[in-house]
Amino acid sequence: MTDDLPAHMRPERSFQGLILTLQRFWADRGCVILQPYDMEVGAGTFHPATTLRALGPRPWNAAYVQPSRRPKDGRYGENPNRLQHYYQFQVILKPSPPDLQDLYLKSLEAIGVDSKLHDIRFVEDDWESPTLGAWGLGWECWCDGMEVSQFTYFQQVAGFECAPVAGELTYGLERLAMYVQGVDNVYNLNFNGREGAEKVSYGDVFLQAEQEYSRHNFEHSDTGMLFEQFKMAEAACRKYLEAGWDKAAGDKTKHLMALPAYDQCIKASHVFNLLDARGVISVTERQSYILRVRELAKACGNAWLHTEAGGMQ
Amino acid sequence: MPDLLLEFFSEEIPARMQARAAEDLRKMVTDKLVAAGLTYEGAKAFATPRRLALTVQGVPVRQPDIKDERKGPKVGAPEQAIAGFLRAAGLTSIDQAKVQADKKGDFYVAVIEKAGRPAIEVIAEIVPDVVKAFPWPKSMRWGAASAQPGSLNWVRPLHSIVATFGPETEEPDIVKFEVGGIAAGDTTHGHRFMAPAPIKVKRFDDYVSKLNAAKVVLDPARRAETIRADAKNLAFAQGFELVEDEGLLAEAAGLVEWPVVLMGSFDEAFLKIPDEVIRATIRNNQKCFVVRDPKTGRLANKFILTANIEASDGGKAIAAGNERVIRARLSDAKFFYETDLKNWREVGLEERLNKFKSIVYHERLGTEWERIWRIEQLAAEIAPVVGADKKKARRAARLCRADRLTEVVAEFPELQGLMGRHYALVQDEDASIAAASEDHYKPLGPNDRVPSDPVSLAVALADKIDTLVKFWTINEKPTGSKDPYALRRTALGVIRLVLEREIRLDLMSALIPARVMIGDELKHQMLDSLVERLREKGYTKKSIREILKEEEKRAFPDKLPQAEIDSAVAELEDLLSFFADRLKVQLREQGARHDLVDAVFALEGQDDLLLIVRRVEALGKFLDTDDGKNLLAGTKRAANILRIEEKKDNKSYTGAPDAKLLTQAEERELARAVGVAKAEASAAVAKEDFASAMTAMAKLRPHVDAFFDKVTVNAEDKAVRENRLKLLNEIREATRAVADFSKIEG
Repeated sequence: MTDDLPAHMRPERSFQGLILTLQRFWADRGCVILQPYDMEVGAGTFHPATTLRALGPRPWNAAYVQPSRRPKDGRYGENPNRLQHYYQFQVILKPSPPDLQDLYLKSLEAIGVDSKLHDIRFVEDDWESPTLGAWGLGWECWCDGMEVSQFTYFQQVAGFECAPVAGELTYGLERLAMYVQGVDNVYNLNFNGREGAEKVSYGDVFLQAEQEYSRHNFEHSDTGMLFEQFKMAEAACRKYLEAGWDKAAGDKTKHLMALPAYDQCIKASHVFNLLDARGVISVTERQSYILRVRELAKACGNAWLHTEAGGMQ
Repeated sequence: MPDLLLEFFSEEIPARMQARAAEDLRKMVTDKLVAAGLTYEGAKAFATPRRLALTVQGVPVRQPDIKDERKGPKVGAPEQAIAGFLRAAGLTSIDQAKVQADKKGDFYVAVIEKAGRPAIEVIAEIVPDVVKAFPWPKSMRWGAASAQPGSLNWVRPLHSIVATFGPETEEPDIVKFEVGGIAAGDTTHGHRFMAPAPIKVKRFDDYVSKLNAAKVVLDPARRAETIRADAKNLAFAQGFELVEDEGLLAEAAGLVEWPVVLMGSFDEAFLKIPDEVIRATIRNNQKCFVVRDPKTGRLANKFILTANIEASDGGKAIAAGNERVIRARLSDAKFFYETDLKNWREVGLEERLNKFKSIVYHERLGTEWERIWRIEQLAAEIAPVVGADKKKARRAARLCRADRLTEVVAEFPELQGLMGRHYALVQDEDASIAAASEDHYKPLGPNDRVPSDPVSLAVALADKIDTLVKFWTINEKPTGSKDPYALRRTALGVIRLVLEREIRLDLMSALIPARVMIGDELKHQMLDSLVERLREKGYTKKSIREILKEEEKRAFPDKLPQAEIDSAVAELEDLLSFFADRLKVQLREQGARHDLVDAVFALEGQDDLLLIVRRVEALGKFLDTDDGKNLLAGTKRAANILRIEEKKDNKSYTGAPDAKLLTQAEERELARAVGVAKAEASAAVAKEDFASAMTAMAKLRPHVDAFFDKVTVNAEDKAVRENRLKLLNEIREATRAVADFSKIEG
């Protein structure tokens, strides 16, 4: 499949080529190709296209890139593998198809990972997100000893059983690109697949940002403001959830504002991550913050199940 | 007789669950077969990452026929009774029942004959039940079926089932059943990448050989042996030796269906990192083995990986890929290690330890900082007892947990202790002090090593005693099978330290200071009261109060509530009896009689475990002699008479007998002998010479025997009777110099 691509678009040559190949692959299998969610999130799972769409009976197949922020993982651009901002490629298929593992392996083939040459393994890794009240069983997928993806069958999201179960694939794009490009330092990745003066590297695009955000995340973020923002987001979420019940339908049977409420839950989660990176949350408080976000996520999940896309009749 | 073959083919089963699952499958299926009357000759189960398989050999073709007789009512019984009998026996008419006679007359008997069913039909019912009730530690739902409640659960999505049944010589039949929408058949698949095509299988031997041809080794033991042998050979060929690791071997065998062993290398510069850190990095994160250079005993810059395929380039790309990951991992490890070294150099110990002030040890027991403070005080207290330098014990206790704050231990918790020792040595700490960081955790179980350096002993005892006393204080004791803080193991650790290193420790004198250190303060008021109260009970020969008072003086309230002291005394006595129980278990395992342990513990103030054990040994030897047996019998006889008479008179006969009232020669002789034996035994016990104490006791025996032969205890004269009872009491009292004979059986 890669043969008909121009050299600069080939996944083993270019970071963006890798992304476009994966999008093409999953588009060919009937997925809706979405764009990233326009809010700061810690992982592709937070995108409502996964969290909320995984709930309820309706079939849903989607794929998208999600920029993910992990404030604590910043290393001032000095570590060759760790970033506070990176890209995940997320695929969600509901219900999980019987040949999901084969589809995944074909997608690796599409980006140039030959299973006759490389050792691909499914190693136990049960996934749990305490903030989302979600868990699932699956694996981390290894290619020659390197973890390149997470593979999860969602069992519960926002405290609700998934019925039917969705399959989730998360590709760590930088890791995967480093592997197929044969590069040891993320900043040396070829971003646009060009050579010489035309070449743009990952470092050209993101190194300065990593340095600046590391300073921000660890030293300067305004914790007073962040504590306030957490409270505000939490309050707003509850307010929108309350206001969203359709008075006409009555008795909390239909919800009209699950998505805006969920945005505030995402916001609270990210603000918590920023506070955590500054080390201003003690061990015991940490648990209570996580519980507070989970309560929001559960309430949003419940609201979603009372919307049309959530399967309400 | 026919054989049964079962295979459950699924997505990848976690390595750690495979062995248990195979065993569960074998047990569940065979138990149900036996319960259905289908005994079998043999059964064996296997697991790979993608399949669970079971072979059961020699299953009968049919269940045996069952003939059952059911006794009914008498002939001529009321109609209702007859009708009920017919219903219960499944008969339509009373003519179908036989009539039998016994002493009471004629009665009906129903003969129920149940023909055995074909085994294949029974198996078709058994297997779906096993699948539905399979005890995976964690299981899941999947696919479209999971939209409905009650859909099948399995460890990962289940794709197909093979179930065949038939004799060796013929084409076997498919056992026809369906579970979770999957119909059993005779088709499976080979290796995921090397032979994915469907394979038709017949019986077990055919199944194993076809799988083998399709690049799947069914038997995990064979996969493990292949990995072990190939890894050893690869290492040997390069002049190295494999660092064997059974846990890793089992895991590696559970991650592949077709093991292919390859070797890779890493930059020699990483060998500056301690070997244990390199090994933990490569083992935990990459599931690879390390090799050592037999000349130096140190690790070499090589590792051994287990791939799941025979790659088209002979494994070059796979080895290169693994090398890159290991390089990145070792870079991280090197960074952690160097950061730790830098911190230990640049940041003072006190400043580093301050971090423990924000780490909670247990929500009701304060912070780690407080705990370290207590261990330090206690270690200084115990130091002279184990022959350790007080200052060194203090320093060692202060350092013993410091590695918990390091990057390396945060990444690899199993290196805790070992890294503490390493970093302490790098900082030029005394070797004994450094060793205590690692050795104070020991012994962690009945087979773990017991340290011998006195500094390690002091810290090890202090650590364990603090743990026990504090959990007793908050009443978190082990109950039944629940022991979440491993307190039994901790107490056994103290026992092993004391006995194997022959430490003379009055346990109570270590428990008391542990009890009165609360937070990071010594509660002197409580110490005073506790020492006083426990001394009354015969504990604490040493003046611990003075020692502790020098250490620290703090203000304390004038008076502590009596109830608080009472409960503390009760706690400590309860903890001491917990030690006694653990010691009994320990001694029993070594073949000692538990009643002898009881007999010694029943004496006052017994808290020196080493002496208790020596006394038990001497007592055991004594009771094996004729003198011992007879003295025990005599003492028991005296105690029995006393018990009966004391109950009858409702008074106890204590106090010295009156010499003037001793009328018979045997009485006088016994009184004299008791006095002598008591004095000699007590003197010997004071010198801890238990054998001599027993010999002194033995001298009592002929006098006791003569007394019971010639003297009537219940004499007419009341005064004489009372005096004789008092003399019996003297026998009981005298033997208490060595043990409480009433606790001894026999």
